[in-house]
Amino acid sequence: MEKILPIGEYIEEGINSLEQNLSFLWRAIDDGISWAVENLNDLFLSIPFIGLLLLIAIAAYYAKAGKKSFTKAGFKNAYGLTVFVILGLLLIYAMGYWEEAIQTTTLVLVSTLIALVFGIPFGIWAAKNNTANAIIRPILDFMQTMPAFVYLIPAIFFFSVGNTPGVIATVIFSLPPSVRLTNLGIRNVPGDVIEAGRAFGANENQILFKIQLPLAMPTILAGINQVILLALSMVVIASMVGAKGLGAIVYQGIQQNDIAKGFESGLGIVVLAMILDRISQSIGSKK
Amino acid sequence: MADEREIRLKVEDLTLIFGKKKEEALKLLNQGASKSEILKKTKCTVGVNKASFEIKEGEIFVIMGLSGSGKSTLIRCLNRLNDPTAGKVFFKDHDITRDTNKQLLQTRRTEMSMVFQKFGLLPHRTILENAAFGLEIRGENKVEREERAKQALKTVGLEGYEDQLPANLSGGMQQRVGLARALANDSDVLLMDEAFSALDPLIKSDMQDELLQIQNKLHKTIVFITHDLDEAMKVGDRIAIMKDGVVEQIGTAEEILTDPASDYVKAFVEKVDRKTIITAETLMFDRPTIVRFKKDGPKGAIRKMREAGVDVLPVEDDQEKFLGYVWLKDMLKLEKEKAKTIETVLHTEVPSVYKHYKVEEMLPLITGHNHPLAVVDEEGKLIGLVTQTSLIIESTRYSDKEMDKLIDKANEL
Repeated sequence: MEKILPIGEYIEEGINSLEQNLSFLWRAIDDGISWAVENLNDLFLSIPFIGLLLLIAIAAYYAKAGKKSFTKAGFKNAYGLTVFVILGLLLIYAMGYWEEAIQTTTLVLVSTLIALVFGIPFGIWAAKNNTANAIIRPILDFMQTMPAFVYLIPAIFFFSVGNTPGVIATVIFSLPPSVRLTNLGIRNVPGDVIEAGRAFGANENQILFKIQLPLAMPTILAGINQVILLALSMVVIASMVGAKGLGAIVYQGIQQNDIAKGFESGLGIVVLAMILDRISQSIGSKK
Repeated sequence: MADEREIRLKVEDLTLIFGKKKEEALKLLNQGASKSEILKKTKCTVGVNKASFEIKEGEIFVIMGLSGSGKSTLIRCLNRLNDPTAGKVFFKDHDITRDTNKQLLQTRRTEMSMVFQKFGLLPHRTILENAAFGLEIRGENKVEREERAKQALKTVGLEGYEDQLPANLSGGMQQRVGLARALANDSDVLLMDEAFSALDPLIKSDMQDELLQIQNKLHKTIVFITHDLDEAMKVGDRIAIMKDGVVEQIGTAEEILTDPASDYVKAFVEKVDRKTIITAETLMFDRPTIVRFKKDGPKGAIRKMREAGVDVLPVEDDQEKFLGYVWLKDMLKLEKEKAKTIETVLHTEVPSVYKHYKVEEMLPLITGHNHPLAVVDEEGKLIGLVTQTSLIIESTRYSDKEMDKLIDKANEL
C-alpha cells in the first residue's frame, strides 16, 4: 500500500537534525551516564562478594523492620526477607553470574534515579495543574505503550552502542509510573487536610512539603517500586544495544541457542527482580 | 452590656456566587432576582446572599442553618478560604477582602484559627506535632511551639497523648486535637465549622461544655457553625439563622424562639428534634444568689436583690437546705417595720425539682407562681434555679397553643 502520510520520515528527519545540532548535549549526557554507571559498577565490584552480600542483607533487614530492627517483633517481621535475599544472592553467585548481576543492578539504579529526578517533579506538576496533567497524560501513554524496542533505535543513533543508550531507553520506558503515581498520590490527599493547612496560613510550598508529599508518600513509593521493576525488565532488553549484565547473557543464549545459559541468566534476573521488588516494597509499606 | 465590647468581626453585604458568570449573576442579584432565576439564567449558584452582621469581642456567634444554607460557605469567607464575590469582611479595622496574598497568610496565621468538622489532622504526625502545626507554619522554633502546643493540649484535656498518632484516638479526642491546634495559635478569632457535628451526642455535649469552659477562661471571639438548634442555643450568645444563603434572623436564643422573624425561622424552631428532652440541669443557672435564713435580715436580702437585679430570691437554712422564696416588696415592708427576721414573709409552699426533671414535668409547676423553680439535690440542698423564661423558651418547642396559654397565665398573675 502506498503511504499517504510518511510520519516516520518526519520523525527521522527531526531526529537527524537533533543529532547534528545538539551533538554537544548528547556527548555530555553520554559522558555523564557512562561515568555514573562505570563508577558505581566499580564501587560494587571492589567490595568482596561476602561483604556486599552482608551489606545487602542488612539493608533488606532494615528496610523491612525499620525502627523496630532491634526488637523481637522487628526480627519476626524481617528475617524471612533477609534469608530470602541471602539465598537468592548465593544462588546467583553459585551460577557464576555475580558480576553480570551487579552490572544489571547498577544500570537499574542509575536509570531509576534519573527517571525519578524527572518523574516526581512532573508528577507534582501534573497534580497541581490540570492543563499540565492533560498534556502529560497522553505523553505517558505514548511512552508506555510504544514497543520498548523502538526506543533502542534512536538511542543508538544518539549514543552508539553501550550502556548509555540502554539507560536512556530504560529511563523513557520506566518513568511513567513515577509521574502517574505521584500525581495520583497528591490528588488523593483529602481536601479537608489541605483546607486545614490553608486555614492556618500555609503557603503553596508548605502545603506541598508538609501535607501533600508526606500523605502521598506511600503511593509515590509504590510508583518507585514500579519504576524499578520496569527498569529491570527494560535493562534486559537494552542488552540488544550493548548494555552489559544478565540481559547480555540472555541475548548470547538466544544467539547461540544455548538453553543452559538462557535458563540460568533468566533465573538470575527473576531472583534479582524479586529482591529489588521486596526491598523497595518494604520501604514503602513501613510506617 | 454587650454594647461596650469592641467589634471584632464585621461583615457587610457579603455575597458569594459560585459559577463562571459571576458578574452577570451579581447584577441580577442586585436587581432583586431570586436564586432560582439566577441559576436558570446564568448557571451560577448564590452561596451567600448579602449577609451582614457584627461580632463582638469575646462573643460566641452561632450561624445556624440546614445543609445547603450557605453557612459553611459564609464562615470560609471570613478567612477567605472562599473568596467573596462582593461585600466586605472587617477584622478589627482592616478589610480582609482587600488583603494581598501575603497579608492574607499573615491574617490566617496570627488572627484567625479554624476548627473543622472532619478534624483535618495530619495522619502521619503525632498529636503534639498536629497541635503545633499552626505555629510551625508561622515559623516558630521547635522548642517554643511544642511548649505552647503542650499547653493547648492540656487545656483541652489531652495531656499524656502527645506521642500518639491521630488514628489511635476517638473522634471526640481527635476534635480536641483540632481545638488544641487552633488554641495553640492564640489568635483572637476561632472559626468553628460544624466542629462537633461529627461526634456522638454524649461526646458532643461534653465538648460543648468544654468549649464554654474554655471560653470562660480565654474569651475568644468565636464563630460557630451548626445545623443543630440545641447546640446553637447552648453555646451561642447570639444566633444567626441562614436559609438559601440569606441571613434570616440574628438574635439571642430567646429572641429567636419567642419572636421568629420569618416563617422559615418559625418552622425551623418548631422542627427541632422533640425527642431531645431538656432537663432542669441544662436549664438551671447554678450558684444563684441566696438569702440565708438566719444570717440575712430584710436589709441583707434587699442588698442582695439589688446586686443580682432581681425581685425574688431563694432562701436556705444554715444546713444549706432550700426553704422557699422572699420577695422584694415584702422585704421593703419589713424594713419599714424594722423587723429583724424574714420568717413572716417567707413563701415555703413552693415546688422544687430534682435536676433530672424534664421541661414537660416542670411546666405545670410554674403555673400559679411567678418565682423561679428551685433545683435541689437528694438532701434538699439548693443547686440551681430554673427561671420561668427559660422554661417558656423550651415550651415554645412544643406548640404555639401551649405557649399562648402560658402567656395568658403569666398575664393573669
